[in-house]
Amino acid sequence: MQQHCYHCGTDCDESILIDDKFFCCDGCKMVFQLLDENGMCQYYDLSAMPGMSAKGVFASDKYNYLDSVAIQDQLIQFKLDNQAHVVFYLPQIHCVSCVWLLENLHKINPGVLHSQTHFEKKEIKIVFNPTVISLKELVQLLAFIGYEPMIHLGGNDWLKKKKVNKLQLYKIGVAGFCFSNIMMLSFPEYLSTSVGDIGNMRPFFVYLNLLLSIPVLLFSAKGFFISAYTGLRQRWLNIDAPIALAILVTFSRSVYEILSHSGAGYLDSMSGIVFFMLVGRWFQDKSYDSFSFERDYSSFFPLGVTVLVEGKEINKPLSEIIKDEQLLIRTDEMVAADAILLTEGALIDYSFVTGENAPIEVPKGEIVFAGGIQKGRAIQVRVVKPVGQSYITELWNSPLLNADKNVDKSFVHPWSQYFTYVLFGIAICTGMYWWWVNPANILPAVTSVLIVACPCSLLLTVTFTYGNVLRHLGKFKMYCKNSSVLEAMEKIDTIVFDKTGTLTNHEDAQLVYEGIEFTKEEASIIFNVTRESLHPLSQLITKHFGSQNLDQLQIEDIQNFIGKGTLAICNHKIILIGSGSFLQDQGVVIDIEIQSGVYIAIDKELKGIFKMNHAYRKGIAKMIQHLKLNGFQVHLLSGDHPTEKNNLTEILGENIPMQFEQNPNDKLNYIQALQSNGHKVMMVGDGLNDAGALKKSDIGIAVTDQTHLFTPASDAILEGAMVQNLDQLIHYAKKGKTIIILIFILSILYNLVGMFFATRAQLSPMVAAILMPISSISIVSLSALLSYSFTRGLRAKN
Amino acid sequence: MSVLIILIIVSVLVAGGFLIAFLWSVNSGQMEDDYTPSVRMLFDDELTDKSTSKSKIQS
Repeated sequence: MQQHCYHCGTDCDESILIDDKFFCCDGCKMVFQLLDENGMCQYYDLSAMPGMSAKGVFASDKYNYLDSVAIQDQLIQFKLDNQAHVVFYLPQIHCVSCVWLLENLHKINPGVLHSQTHFEKKEIKIVFNPTVISLKELVQLLAFIGYEPMIHLGGNDWLKKKKVNKLQLYKIGVAGFCFSNIMMLSFPEYLSTSVGDIGNMRPFFVYLNLLLSIPVLLFSAKGFFISAYTGLRQRWLNIDAPIALAILVTFSRSVYEILSHSGAGYLDSMSGIVFFMLVGRWFQDKSYDSFSFERDYSSFFPLGVTVLVEGKEINKPLSEIIKDEQLLIRTDEMVAADAILLTEGALIDYSFVTGENAPIEVPKGEIVFAGGIQKGRAIQVRVVKPVGQSYITELWNSPLLNADKNVDKSFVHPWSQYFTYVLFGIAICTGMYWWWVNPANILPAVTSVLIVACPCSLLLTVTFTYGNVLRHLGKFKMYCKNSSVLEAMEKIDTIVFDKTGTLTNHEDAQLVYEGIEFTKEEASIIFNVTRESLHPLSQLITKHFGSQNLDQLQIEDIQNFIGKGTLAICNHKIILIGSGSFLQDQGVVIDIEIQSGVYIAIDKELKGIFKMNHAYRKGIAKMIQHLKLNGFQVHLLSGDHPTEKNNLTEILGENIPMQFEQNPNDKLNYIQALQSNGHKVMMVGDGLNDAGALKKSDIGIAVTDQTHLFTPASDAILEGAMVQNLDQLIHYAKKGKTIIILIFILSILYNLVGMFFATRAQLSPMVAAILMPISSISIVSLSALLSYSFTRGLRAKN
Repeated sequence: MSVLIILIIVSVLVAGGFLIAFLWSVNSGQMEDDYTPSVRMLFDDELTDKSTSKSKIQS
């Protein structure tokens, strides 16, 4: 029966069992045992299957660089003899159980004095005793229980962000306080003409209002004035300029009315504008809070490396590597710089660099390139180029990538400029009309026009609508960098897909056997031979036979041919496992066309081929179909061999340009060629090998199965399982503009009503005070309502 | 009627008190995390002991 891992929820068989609980791997079981020993099983009670899949691998040497004092100093914020403070970013935090476990770290290790999580920022602040638990041990503990910190060296940027945020909250608080009090104190004024005289109390109300409005003008609205002023100095009328003007005009006219005892002014409207605009800005900032998209190659690379100096292992930060140093690279570690291989046994997985799925065996003396991951045993290399000059980082520094993208001004900007011109036009016409009819009304009418026609509805609409759309997209696991991505989406006409990791799923590659059935003896032989090899394909075959309960056999002789295959003698049979050409070289007759795959021959007779079956994500065909129907041009780029071409044509349909064996530079050039033909290109890819193309394209979408790992610089991140909904997501993202235009029409209606009163010099403070909040609130709620209702298509699919 | 003046002054002062409370709460960092505290207060220490006795390691 299919079971789910008690710890992480992965599907698993029934082989690993404690009590009545099943586990998918030893890693998960060990984490469970650790928690159980410490009486921390509440972790599993708070939410079901909360853990992170441990996959049974804990590379204990991986964090050796944390022993380096230079690195420690960068990470530790505050240090006393027996107390140190450190903040980690743990992208895995996702549920109540995570919070509980992380805040109870002191139960597992007494060296942890205190730990506090920040759920939304996915951060943990740990106070620990460095004499009991070292920083390295602490990180190892976190990694062991499934929360491997994402460590970034180089400053505490997040601290700065918080301070700015605080100031904004102060401003909102002050504006809200003043706005509500002024509103309340203005009520007698609104009603005074009809109900009766408030007589000698009036000056008291009015002057109190004036007093309350001063902090709004000087403190809360400061940002608008500064931004408008900087805009004007650069001879550019930005959207803050009309707001600043409206605030100033409203305030001066109110002061004039109050001091000349001719009225009560529009201080309520003024503080209202400031309050609503500040709330809008805050909302805008909040939606971008949690994602950091600015990453470069260095976020892929390890922070520290093990350098061998006269036989001794020394940990060094990556940036200090120099030419000719010897590095030790252990299993699953990344090669950090282009280097010459000094020892045997290198099996490098370049899938992040080239997009090719199968690891490559590199013989001694050859060059290994930065970005490859060592899959075999530990190797030693000598650096030939420092990190900054290696092949993959040069791609990043390519001048092609340095151009800023999506710099086109938002489509709202011309609108806001027209708005300002139209506004001034109306004000001048009104002035001229009254100059001719009744000069006493010039000033009241003109100022009323400027007061009532506030561009805040424009700004609020854009802010809130894009904020809402981004939020809803986030619910469907597509995380966009900012609203300019949504606007750029509008212009996209070409979509380029990467194959590996995007249309296929990295981890689900399956072996399919084609050929003569094996007898049990043959199967046992193959199983025993492949078990000896570290090559991932061999390991896949071993796994393939693993469940069949085969005999253990003695291998009489075994020879490995690097990059080709294995020759072994077992049970008096000669067995050849390897590529087609390797078998031919060994004298096996192959009468079919040689393809990629693992060929197996026993006693020089071909038995069959194990083929890697690329597991395509579900629903891809339909999604591509929809995209094509909607008028997008679809292209496909792959770093892999063209063996899959027929398969792909079947899935994706005819007429799709496909390019195979593309290296990162080819991909980049392909995108550029499309762009220079006038296309607006969206690139969907993953990994370092697509990073250049993602960056170059108009919109780069990084597909990832673990949101927190290996996300190249991109404009949006899309979770792997959601690739099948890409057509719907694009469709929805484009709706943002429709919503904005609808609401603009509404706000123009509001403005027309306001103008009707204002141009007749009849704008009473009450009309202004009613119109402002109503327009703001209705715009905000309409934007929320529309952006929710347009998700219907997406919701139906999930 | 002039009692209104006193009432209004009092009401503004009370509201000002709340404003100060808000500013203080922002300053002391209460607005930095608006989710975790709501979860944290629900953690129950007793549950821990129960589950320890419930499951024994066999392997």
